[in-house]
Amino acid sequence: MLDFDALTHSSGEWLRGIGPESDVVVSSRVRLARNLDRFPFPPQASEAVKGDVEAVLRGPVAEVLPAGSPGYVRIDPLESLQRQFLVERQIISREHSESKGPRGTGIGPQESISLMVNEEDHLRMQVLRSGMALEECWQEISQMDDRLQQQVKFAFNSEFGYLTSCPTNVGTGMRVSVMLHLPALVMTKEIQKVFQSMHKMGLAVRGLYGEGSQAMGDFYQVSNQSTLGRSEPRIIEEVREVIPDILEYERRTRREMVQQNSDKLHDKVSRAIGILRNARTITSEETMHLLSSVRLGINLGLIEGIEIPTINELFIHTQPAHLQMLSRTPLESSDRNAKRASYIRQRLGAGEGDADE
Amino acid sequence: MKKCMRCPKPATLHITEIHDAKAQVVHLCETCAQKYLSTVEVGGLLSDPDDEDETADELTAESEALQAEEEEMAVSPVCPSCGISFKQFRSVGRLGCPQCYTAFHDDLIPLLESIHQEVQHVGKCPPETSDSVLRHHEMVRLRNELKAAVEQERYEEAARLRDEIQSIEATAAATDSSESTS
Ligand SMILES: [Zn+2]
Ligand SMILES: [Zn+2]
Repeated sequence: MLDFDALTHSSGEWLRGIGPESDVVVSSRVRLARNLDRFPFPPQASEAVKGDVEAVLRGPVAEVLPAGSPGYVRIDPLESLQRQFLVERQIISREHSESKGPRGTGIGPQESISLMVNEEDHLRMQVLRSGMALEECWQEISQMDDRLQQQVKFAFNSEFGYLTSCPTNVGTGMRVSVMLHLPALVMTKEIQKVFQSMHKMGLAVRGLYGEGSQAMGDFYQVSNQSTLGRSEPRIIEEVREVIPDILEYERRTRREMVQQNSDKLHDKVSRAIGILRNARTITSEETMHLLSSVRLGINLGLIEGIEIPTINELFIHTQPAHLQMLSRTPLESSDRNAKRASYIRQRLGAGEGDADE
Repeated sequence: MKKCMRCPKPATLHITEIHDAKAQVVHLCETCAQKYLSTVEVGGLLSDPDDEDETADELTAESEALQAEEEEMAVSPVCPSCGISFKQFRSVGRLGCPQCYTAFHDDLIPLLESIHQEVQHVGKCPPETSDSVLRHHEMVRLRNELKAAVEQERYEEAARLRDEIQSIEATAAATDSSESTS
């Protein structure tokens, strides 16, 4: 049984904010899609077949998790609030939360590994690390993949590689992504240029969302689109090689903002921390927006006494299911806004003055 | 599936615009998106939290464009293993089972080429799988079928499944002992 109470009061390794390039790079992720030979893919499978697949994979998945893992958890018997909580936590996908029938997830230590059984494919493995760490993610996921393949046979043919439910994932089944915090490029509207150049290079850029379709705090994910006809190391390289330019672009823009508009910028981040420390009710959208400014302020040395991991954590912990788990009761939207404000005040030390020269 | 809001082509980019705290999603094809991205005010974000949705939509869109053409041909190949037709695949964007890749091979090639620009796998391959792994899959399937048959009082089927399980167990025992002696 998964200890939701402990999870609610902790956070994943990938939010530590201390990996390489962590002023801009939040996290790195590698995902592999795999399916069992001889079974229909989950979208086409009956409940009984999904039950068989779950029975075949449950043991091997639990076995490849490192020692100290929370372990394998059945998702279908969970309450919807608990499933939503795991989605906010990025342990499971929204699709996994909302689909039907027997399904489960192997959860690794510090939430850095998630092995979803009966998602869109029979198995969706992902490894997540803070900072720029694609190579480490790949090593770890590939080893788990090797160990799983000693026990189960994945659908594969020599022409199309690993066979997946959606042909957009066939071949390596690999999606590599890097999550970036790009507040300066958003503020100066330079971000469109990043979109355009990534698009030209066959990479995808996506914004992250919180509640509903609200933009979540200037976070963007860069990932590969093609999965067939290029090796895993090459896919990693294709994503990795574009990152330094984006980092440099964001940092240069930050420096220019500091040089040209220091007072205005300092005012903006100081107001953001002021509101977060004093508001009595606050929406998810406003929270994301202000946290993004505070994160930028900390990285530029304009705010002292608050750690990046605290801010990273607040992006996750102020989402609806988290607040309701903390309150141990379902909350209406207006009550959530009050609970969110009080939680943020508590985490950021309400009423204390912000950093000043 | 979504069509471009500015022309009849399928939409490949889905952009969320935020105006006065209201989100509005704009669906555009590649050409229109290029124009849009070069002129528009920022504040919009590219697409979806779920990384597959966009490409799946794209695929579905592409599929539907081809569908009219196919309706004239009337016959759509069917996967003998899971029973879905190529036409069904085109409307949902998901294949039914691993064997679909063989059943729809020729029809899939142009699709794969447009998605990945490549049609031949390069990269990791599975190790040689031992017979015992395959037997394990098969046994799980058969045991669960047997349980269902017994529960639903389909005794003839249950008897047949029991025989099948016993014969696999016998083969397993035989190969395991020969493997251990060789
Ligand atoms: Zn268009
Ligand atoms: Zn099939």
